[in-house]
This record gives sequence, C-alpha cells and structure tokens, in this order.
Amino acid sequence: MQYEAIVMGVSAGGLLALSNILEALPAGFELPVIITQHRAKDERALLEELLQLKCRLRVKEADEKERIAGGVVYMAPAGYHLLVEKDRSFSLSCDPLVNYSRPSIDVLFETAAEAYEDRLIGIILTGANKDGAAGIATIRHRGGMTIAQDPAEAQFPVMPQAAIATGSVQHIFTLDEIKKTLSGIGEKTNSL
Amino acid sequence: MPDMKEIRELLESIRFMYGYDFTEYAEASIKRRIDYFMGLHKIYSLKALGKLLLRDEAVFEQFIQEVTVNVTEMFRDPAFYKSLRKHVVERLATYPFIKVWIAGSSTGEEVYSVAILLKEEGLLQRSVIYATDINQRALQTAREGVYKVDQMKTYTANYQKSGGKNTFSDYYVSKYNAVLLDKSLRENIVFSVHNLAIDKSFNEFQLILCRNVLIYFNQDLQNKVINLFYESLCPFGFLGLGNKESLLFTDRRRQFEEVDKKERIFMKAG
Repeated sequence: MQYEAIVMGVSAGGLLALSNILEALPAGFELPVIITQHRAKDERALLEELLQLKCRLRVKEADEKERIAGGVVYMAPAGYHLLVEKDRSFSLSCDPLVNYSRPSIDVLFETAAEAYEDRLIGIILTGANKDGAAGIATIRHRGGMTIAQDPAEAQFPVMPQAAIATGSVQHIFTLDEIKKTLSGIGEKTNSL
Repeated sequence: MPDMKEIRELLESIRFMYGYDFTEYAEASIKRRIDYFMGLHKIYSLKALGKLLLRDEAVFEQFIQEVTVNVTEMFRDPAFYKSLRKHVVERLATYPFIKVWIAGSSTGEEVYSVAILLKEEGLLQRSVIYATDINQRALQTAREGVYKVDQMKTYTANYQKSGGKNTFSDYYVSKYNAVLLDKSLRENIVFSVHNLAIDKSFNEFQLILCRNVLIYFNQDLQNKVINLFYESLCPFGFLGLGNKESLLFTDRRRQFEEVDKKERIFMKAG
C-alpha cells in the first residue's frame, strides 16, 4: 500500500464540499481520513452528525490519544488543534490560534507529514483564508501527494489559491476528480 | 526541521541538567513549541539550541517560560461551570473548610472564574484555592490579576452562559487597555509553583480542576498525574478535566464515578 492516510483542510464552504467527497467513499475504504474544518469553538458534534448522514464510513470527532484506524473519518474538535503523533495516535492542544484558527489546518498537516512522511495525501478545499498553505508545502517536502481543489470551482478560492501559490501542489482537481482519485486509491488498497 | 530523536535527546539532557522533565509530554505538541521557540529566537538547529540551553541558565529560564505556557480564558466552556454549580457546589457546601486545587492554572483566568463562582455560592470565605503551575511567569500574571480589556466581551458572554448571578463588570475595573480583577477575590487564593511531572501531592482537596493540561502529556504521564490527583482528593472529592480529556486510559478509571459525563466531572469513589 503506497499511502497510509489522507488529511483534508477546509474552511468556508466546507460542509458542501466535504459532504460531496465523503459521500463518494466506498464502504471498504481502508485509509483513515483526517479532516480539519474551521468551526465555531463551542459547536459540539453537529458537523459530525451532518456528515455522517452522507458517508458510509464512520465519521467521528478525533479523541485525545485515540489510535488512528483505517476506514474512519476523523474531524478535529472545535476549539482544539488536532495533531498526529508518530505512533499513529492523535493528540490535541489548546495552543494559540494559528492563522487565526484553532483547529488549524497547518498544525494537522505539519504533524501528519512528520508522522506519515511520503505515505500521506494532503488535500486543500474551499476556504477564505490561507491556513493549510504551509502545511501542504511540508507534506510535499516530505514526499507526500498534494492536491488542491480547483479554485475556479471552489466556493471560496482563497485557500486553494494560497496552497497552489506555494508551488507545492501537484494536482489541481475538481471535486469529481478528487473523488475519483480517492476511490481509486481505496480500490487499490482493497486488492492488496 | 529537527527530528524526534534529536528532540528526545535534548529533553533528556534538560532533565539531567535542570530537573525539568518533558520526556513524557505528547511529542507532536512539545516539538511544535520548540520549533516555535527556535523560530522566535532565530536558532537554526537543535544542536545550537541544546548548547545554548545547557550553557546559559537565563536562556533556559526563557525557554521554560515560553514552552510551558498554556492558553486559557475566563469561564472557558461555560457549560462546565454551570455543571459545577449544579452538581458540585451543594456537596462542597457540606464541608466546614473547602480546599480547591487548580493544577496547571497558567495565567489565572480559570482560578478567578472559580473564585467568582464560589463567592456567588457563598463559599469563598471558607475556601482556599491553591493555584499551581510549572510556569513562574504565568503564575506572576495570575497573581497580578490584570488582563487585556479586549477579552472582556468573550469573558462576559462566557460568564453569563455559565450561570453567573451578577453583572460580570462588578468583578473588575478597567483602565486604559487593561482590567484589574477585584482584589478581594485573591484573598483566598494561594499561588505556587508545582510541576505535575515530578512533584508530589501537597494537601488533601475537595475539588481538583486540571483542564486542558493532560492533553499535553503522553499516556504514562497522564496516568501518573491522575494517580496524584486520586491521592490528593478526599473521599467523594471531585475532579474536573478539560472537555476532551478522560480517565479512559488510566489505572484509576474504576475508582472514579462520572458526575457529568459530557463536562468531564468525576467523583472519587469512597
């Protein structure tokens, strides 16, 4: 198996884009999908519940020290940064906002890149700020695959544009192309 | 970017040299903080940082102050305070003398929140709140009780949602861009240095709060600290954790009862 995990970063316009992608993941999908979506700090499980309605895989908030399992969609909890540890578990932090955000996409991407190195796929979707750009560069630097949603299609193009501007994005894809790529990777892992 | 093995070596030598033990901290966060410190001080390699820290105690002092500070706010997670009022206050009121430990009190916002709550419930006069942290500079801020005025809007909203009984502005005076919290709140607070990773129990408490501190520790250290809290609580004493923290991975999980599952309030079984 070439890849071990997928991280996604998304901000404004995220619910639609995420529903669209998660809906397409097949039931036997084997990789963990770890998502930082910017969200209000006191919102508790609403986002997970909404996305679960669309998704065949289990969708849950990432728990502190939880072992990361394949075929599960994990969301960063409101008000906390989500970090990936080298032993494939999560930790959380209340450190200061990064790019005006907590959870911050950069924090997830940079720690995941450190843990998974070249076995990671990083995807930046719609959003109105620049969080995730540094993270996508780190993933690429470590040899992982990097994808940004086509800004022409994104509801808010600023975030994918900022990622692309780092020069570290390998693929600029529409949501349909992202779905095809992910399902393809899912199938490949199924056959192994 | 420094790798984890080098970081571990650095943490080991810090422990050896200064007695501060970060070897059981969650790696990804401590590494991010070290990276941040290096960026801030334009230190470009972990080797250089190591040399500097081990040679120069003043730099080390600065390192400790900057790497261990936690962000907090007044009445953070208002529902937690609401639950304290609802589930814990009545039990506390049965004690003639109430001792509260706020472990990892950082810059003190939470300490004053608890003091306000106890005051409104008529318990502050017979309470002592021990506020401890590893970080002396944060403790000093806590002792002074001076905060930025631009936070007050959030804090006021939190206070109201937490079931506060008065007007929040009764508890501070503002001057220029700062607010000074009501000094009378401080009369029953003791601020002191305590390092959860190495220091022992120092009293027996009816209530211990340690919120959003355990998330920075690995499971072994979490387990040790929960043991420390267990030993420091009186029978039927209460423990409040951050709302993403749990006792799930600790040896003592069966010796605590859940008082409020969602708000992470537990009671030591008698």
